[in-house]
Amino acid sequence: MRHGVARFVTGFLALPVALYLFYVVWPFVQAAGYSLTDWGGYSDSQRFVGLDNYVRLLSDELIRKAFWHNVFFLVTVPLFTIALALFLAFLLNVGGREDRAGIRGVFGSALYKVIFFFPQVLSLVVIAVMWQQIYRTDSQGLINGLLIKIGLVDADNPIAFTADPEPFLGIPAVLWWLLLIAVWSGAGFYMVLFSAAMQSIPKDIYEAAILDGAGRFHTFFRVTLPLLRDTISVAWVYLGFIALDMYALVFVMTPSQGGPNHASEIFASVIQFNAFQKGQFGYACAIAVALAIFTILLAAVQLRITRRERIEF
Amino acid sequence: MSTVTHTSDQRRPGATPPAGPAEDRRARAAGGIGGRIFNGFSHLFLVVWAVMVIYPLLWVVMSALKTDSEVIREPLSLIPKSLQWDNFARAWSAGIDSFFLNTLLVLVFSVTLTMLLGSMAAYALARYEFRGNRLIYWMFLSGLTLPIYLAAVPLFKGVYNMNVVFPLLGPNKHLTLILVYVAWSLSFTVFFMHSFFRTLPDSIAEAAMVDGATHTRTFFSVMLPMAKPGLISIGIFNVLGQWNQWYLPTLLMQSVAGEPKHQVIAQGLIELSVNQGYKSDWSGLFAGVTMAMLPVLIVYVVFQRQVQSGLTAGVSK
Repeated sequence: MRHGVARFVTGFLALPVALYLFYVVWPFVQAAGYSLTDWGGYSDSQRFVGLDNYVRLLSDELIRKAFWHNVFFLVTVPLFTIALALFLAFLLNVGGREDRAGIRGVFGSALYKVIFFFPQVLSLVVIAVMWQQIYRTDSQGLINGLLIKIGLVDADNPIAFTADPEPFLGIPAVLWWLLLIAVWSGAGFYMVLFSAAMQSIPKDIYEAAILDGAGRFHTFFRVTLPLLRDTISVAWVYLGFIALDMYALVFVMTPSQGGPNHASEIFASVIQFNAFQKGQFGYACAIAVALAIFTILLAAVQLRITRRERIEF
Repeated sequence: MSTVTHTSDQRRPGATPPAGPAEDRRARAAGGIGGRIFNGFSHLFLVVWAVMVIYPLLWVVMSALKTDSEVIREPLSLIPKSLQWDNFARAWSAGIDSFFLNTLLVLVFSVTLTMLLGSMAAYALARYEFRGNRLIYWMFLSGLTLPIYLAAVPLFKGVYNMNVVFPLLGPNKHLTLILVYVAWSLSFTVFFMHSFFRTLPDSIAEAAMVDGATHTRTFFSVMLPMAKPGLISIGIFNVLGQWNQWYLPTLLMQSVAGEPKHQVIAQGLIELSVNQGYKSDWSGLFAGVTMAMLPVLIVYVVFQRQVQSGLTAGVSK
């Protein structure tokens, strides 16, 4: 049985590992190396500068901005998406009429699920280009056009959307408008996820709760929600990664890819700006390493917080 | 809780005392006014959200069928005066045709290779003990947490240096993009298929080996067919992920020595929209977005059950 195992394993692993090493691992390792140099990217001269780049990024105004914007998305994207997804899943699964079989899902819930899931299969780019048209700052845009028509917005002074750096609740308005798109496109997927998890909870748990006199609200908050804890925490971690990766939206939708006036800079856009526009590859790599460390710390913290006793059923 | 009648009484405090089943039902219906209001509210809110999802999509599709002056004068109307199918023809020949061709050319090979190499690696790692097994597994896994932007600069540089040694793997080459897609999709594919191969029973593989099948043959004719549900999930995931990929192509498919860019669909749309390549050809831009959107939506509606369960399984695994 053991005959030829070594050859077989080598044969199966050689190609995938080689590809992965060359296109994924090696660039990561190089990035860490470049981050210690003053390499400009276009010349061959690079000088070892130690941790200078890292010292510099601590006092970089742009990075401080990008950091807080990332934190903003990190908190709001999961929070709003999960809250909305849970609410929709709740309506879908317990919003139906009561009959002898207990509380049922609403009529047509399968159709709702199909529709809500639409944004998930669309490319973020398609979504961004579409929302660019929705957010147009003249009367041709969907929202401005609608609001001007019903007289809520003055035609000479339309909503500026992603060109608006003015703070709302202390956060530049452009970030709120980007958040809306992220929630719009994510809610359906997590609703389907939560719905599936709700349906996998055994019926007798619900029956027991109903026998004990719990109504649908009580059942939801006291029984369903605690049993969904695992799914919700997984969703939180995934949404955290998505929140760190809002770059497609920033890239397509904001003026000069991070504007206006750097009001929507995030880590990714700062890296891109430094590497390809200012030609400071070494410094860009240092920012990227900082982002990687931040991501890993975050993942560790999230896993730590969300870990809890599993309820088996 | 002792008896059912006792509890049903408790459950509807306002209802008349329980009697026969028929009266009980009527009592519930009467007491269910709150339920009915809630049911109505549920529908109302669900319909509102459904409209918020569908309306923008419909608006894009319908704007793609308008004339340019209609787009400007009546941007909100959903019904074009007459259907302008030539918007699609114009957008198609303005570059979307080559975007599609490039995307298909890349995806056919990259998805196939991702699935093949990913399941091979996952299988070897999941079912064979050897030195370095854990190390390789963690190496693949680490790719899930590291941000792609960290690798961007050296990857860009590496591919450009390749141009000198082996031009087929240089920038703006389909083969480069295929291999890069495969490499970057391996992490999740290996992670997902690894846990899938772990759940398959040992006995069948052993039986195949006893019958004289080699390790390779056991994998291809016994284990791979058994992993079909997992392959479908991760396959859908990879097709959507690679179809939607925009960062890697934007980085790597750049014009070299005056050669036209081989852009893929997501990358091309971004450029059209950011650079306003359509020059105020709004209906053409809408037509382009529609063409990028509809094939995926149609495939999704046809296979919605598989897509939904496939993608959610990807998260909850």
